[in-house]
Amino acid sequence: MKKFWHATVDAFETFLRVPGTVARKGAHVRDAIDLKRIMIIAVISVVPAAIFGMWNVGYQHSLAIGDGRLQILANFWYGFLKVLPLYVVAYGVGLIIEFFSAGIRNEEVNEGYLMSGMLIPLIVPVTVPLWMLAVAVAFSVIFVKEVFGGTGMNIWNPALVTRAFLFFSYPSAMSGSQCWISLKAGEEVVDGFTGATPLALDGAAAQYGTGIWDYIIGTIPGSVGETSVIAILLGAAILLWTGVASWKIMLSSVAGALFVGGLANLAGVGIPAWEHLLLGGFAFGTVFMATDPVTSAQTECGKWIYGFLVGAICVTVRLFNPGYAEGMMLAILLGNTFAPLIDHYVVSGAMKRRTKAAMKTA
Amino acid sequence: MSKNIVLKKGLEIPITGEAELRLSKTVSPDIVAVEPTALKGFTLRLLVKEGDKVLAGSPVMADKKNPAILLASPVSGTVQAIVRGEKRKLLAVTVKADDYQEYLKSEPKTDTPEEVKESLLKAGLWPFIVQRPYGIVADPAANPDAIFVSAFSTAPLAADTEFTLGAKVNDIQAAVNALSKIAKVHVGIANANSTFAKIENAEITVFEGKHPAGNVGVQIANVRPILKGDTVWTISLQGLAAIGKYLTKGIYDVRRKVAVVGPAAIETAYIDTLPGAPMSTLAGFYGGNEEGIRIISGDILSGKAVGAEGYLGIFDDTITIIREGTEPELLGWAKPVRWSQFSTDHSYFSWLTPWRKYDMDTNLHGGPRAFVMNDGYYAKVLPMGIFPIYLTKACLAGDIDKMEQFGIYQVLPEDLALCEYIDPSKNNIQEMIAQGIDLMLKEMA
Repeated sequence: MKKFWHATVDAFETFLRVPGTVARKGAHVRDAIDLKRIMIIAVISVVPAAIFGMWNVGYQHSLAIGDGRLQILANFWYGFLKVLPLYVVAYGVGLIIEFFSAGIRNEEVNEGYLMSGMLIPLIVPVTVPLWMLAVAVAFSVIFVKEVFGGTGMNIWNPALVTRAFLFFSYPSAMSGSQCWISLKAGEEVVDGFTGATPLALDGAAAQYGTGIWDYIIGTIPGSVGETSVIAILLGAAILLWTGVASWKIMLSSVAGALFVGGLANLAGVGIPAWEHLLLGGFAFGTVFMATDPVTSAQTECGKWIYGFLVGAICVTVRLFNPGYAEGMMLAILLGNTFAPLIDHYVVSGAMKRRTKAAMKTA
Repeated sequence: MSKNIVLKKGLEIPITGEAELRLSKTVSPDIVAVEPTALKGFTLRLLVKEGDKVLAGSPVMADKKNPAILLASPVSGTVQAIVRGEKRKLLAVTVKADDYQEYLKSEPKTDTPEEVKESLLKAGLWPFIVQRPYGIVADPAANPDAIFVSAFSTAPLAADTEFTLGAKVNDIQAAVNALSKIAKVHVGIANANSTFAKIENAEITVFEGKHPAGNVGVQIANVRPILKGDTVWTISLQGLAAIGKYLTKGIYDVRRKVAVVGPAAIETAYIDTLPGAPMSTLAGFYGGNEEGIRIISGDILSGKAVGAEGYLGIFDDTITIIREGTEPELLGWAKPVRWSQFSTDHSYFSWLTPWRKYDMDTNLHGGPRAFVMNDGYYAKVLPMGIFPIYLTKACLAGDIDKMEQFGIYQVLPEDLALCEYIDPSKNNIQEMIAQGIDLMLKEMA
C-alpha cells in the first residue's frame, strides 16, 4: 500500500522541486530538460485559445439572447463559469486514473495527461453534460492510454479519443445547432440566430455579419477553444519557438488541406480551399493535436507524410461526407493509426538505401 | 590529400573545467592495478599469484578462450593482491611497483601480418585492439576489413590529443606501418593542420563537427557502415602509441599524459601516469575528500565512476571530477529562466547564450519516464544515419531481426551517449544498447 501511494506523493513533491536524484548509470551529467518542462510549455501554448474560448462562450451567449455587445469581462466571466466545470471534470477524472495506474505499475506519474486535460474541454461543445464528459475521459484514459502502458505507449491521442467517444456515443449532444451555445435556464434564442457552426452551413455567413474576420478572430460558434485562429497561432508560435511541436507536421497538414481543397475548387466543389484552414477544428487540431509527439509519426520524413495525410483527409471528409460537417478529429485519429506504418516504410527504406550504398563502397 | 567529411549533427556540452595545456606532475604510483573490467568478451585466467615478481610487460592474465591473448603489467614489481568481487569474479590484480622500473625486453618482428599479430599478442598489447561489431577484444584469427583510428576526441573536456600524443607521432607511425600489413588503416583527424595529418600508410579523413564526431564508431559509419558479416578493428591513439613504442624499442611502455578535468577539480591540468594508477594519487586535484564528488575514469558521458579507491581505466586518458547533484532544486523546471542550468532544448533559453559554460553536476533533472519525444528529437545528436530510438527500443524488446535492421552492428553504447544526455525521459539508453549487444553476442555465438 505504501508503494501504491508513492507515485502520488512523488508526483506532488517533484512538482514543487526537482529532487536530488543523481544519474546512477550511463551519462554522469544530464540535460536540464524533463517532461514536466516540455508539458508545461505545451499547456501554456494552449492558454490563449482557452482564454479566448471562455470569452467566446459568453459572447455567443450574448448574441443568442440578442445582446451583441463585446463586454469583455462580463462575457469572459460567463464563459469561465461554464468552462471551469469541464476542466474540473477533465482533470479530476483523468488525473485520478493516472495516479491510480501509476501506483499499480509502481512508476512515477507521467506528465502527459496535463496536456490532454488541458485540451479536452476545448474540443467539446460547452453544453456537454458533465457526466458524459466524465465517462468519455475515463474511457479514453483507461482504454487508450493505460492499457497500453501509459503515456508514451499509446497509439491514439487520448484527448481526441475522448471527443470521438462523445461524438459516437452521444451524437445529439455533440452536433447540430444547439450544442455550441450555452444558455441560462429560461433564456430564449432571438429570431434569426441559428447557433450552427459556419462549417455546418457550408461556410455561408450564418450569423449577423459573420465573415472572414470573424473566422480569424474566432467570434463564431464552435467547440470552446477551436474558433480563434489568432489565439491558436499564438500557441503555435510558442510551440515552434520552443521546438516542442513539429513545424513539419503543421506545414504539411496545411499543404494537405490546401491540396484537396484546391482540387475540389478546380472541380467547382466546396468553399475556397483557404477557408478550410480557418474553420472548424482544423487550426486547433493541426497545431495542438496532430503534433502530439507520441502519436504522430516519429521520423522526420514520416512527419511530412503524416501531416499531409491529416490535412488531406480532414478536408476530404468535410467535402464528401454529408453526415459529418467536420473531419479533423477523424483525420487525426486516422493519421495516428497510420503513423506507425508510415514510419515503418520510412525507416526500413532508409536502412535499405544505406546498406546498398555501403555495399557499393565496399 | 585527405578527405573531408562534415557532420552537422551533434552537441558540444558546455561544461566548465577544461584542462590547461600544461603538465602538472608525473605520477609514479606505488601500486598499479591490472583491470580487465573494460575488456569485453574476455574471460580471464590468472597467470600470477600473490608474491610473484613481474616486470613491466610481463603477462598477468590470459583469455580463457584464447590463451594467446595476454594482459600485461604496466610496472615491474611484486603482485600484491588478487581482487575479486561477487561470485569471485576477478576484478583486478594489484602490483606493488619497484622503485627502479625494469622492462621485459623483446625484439618484435613485423614483416608479415602473422608476425605483427604474434608480436602484439606476446607483448600483451593485443587487448588494445577492439573489434566491431560489439566492441569486443579482437579475435587474432580474424581478418578485419579495415582498422580505424580516431586521432581526436570530441567528448566533453576530453584530453587534447595534440598535447598528449603529438610528440609520439613517430611511435604512432611505426604502429600504423605494422598494422597496415593486416588491413587498411583509416585515421580520422579533427582538421587538416593536425600533427596526425602527416601519418603515412593510412587513409586520412578530416571529420568536422561537434561531439560525437571524434567517436571512432561515428567515423566508421560515415566512411562505410558496418554490415552483417563485416569485421572492423579499432585502436585508440594511446594504444597505437604504446604499440609503436613496443615495435621500435621492444618494451611495454603504456605511460601516458592524462587530462584531469571537471568543474569540481581544484586544479585542471595534465599528469603523466599509467593506466591502473589509483585515483588516490590524485588527492591534490579533488582535495582528498571524496564526499559529494564523483571521480570518473573517462569523460562525463561514457566514463566509469570509480571513486577514490578506483583506478585509471586501460583505455582512458581523461579523469573527470564533478559534484554529486544531490541538492534538490526548488521549483526547477517551473522557473521561466533557469540561469545556472544548461539545456539544449529550446524550452529553456540557454541556447541563446552559446558562449556560456556551466558548472554541471550529476543531478538527473527529472524522473524516469517512457519515451515520449520522437526519434527525430534524439537523431539530431547522432550523425550516423541510423534511427536511435528505433534501435534502442529493438534492444529493449530483444528483437534480433530489428536490432540488425536498425544498425546494432554499427554502434557501441558510447555512440548514443548524447541521446541519453538529452533524453527528457531520463532513460539509460547506453545501458539498453549494451544489453542489446550482449544479447547479440549470446545469440550469435
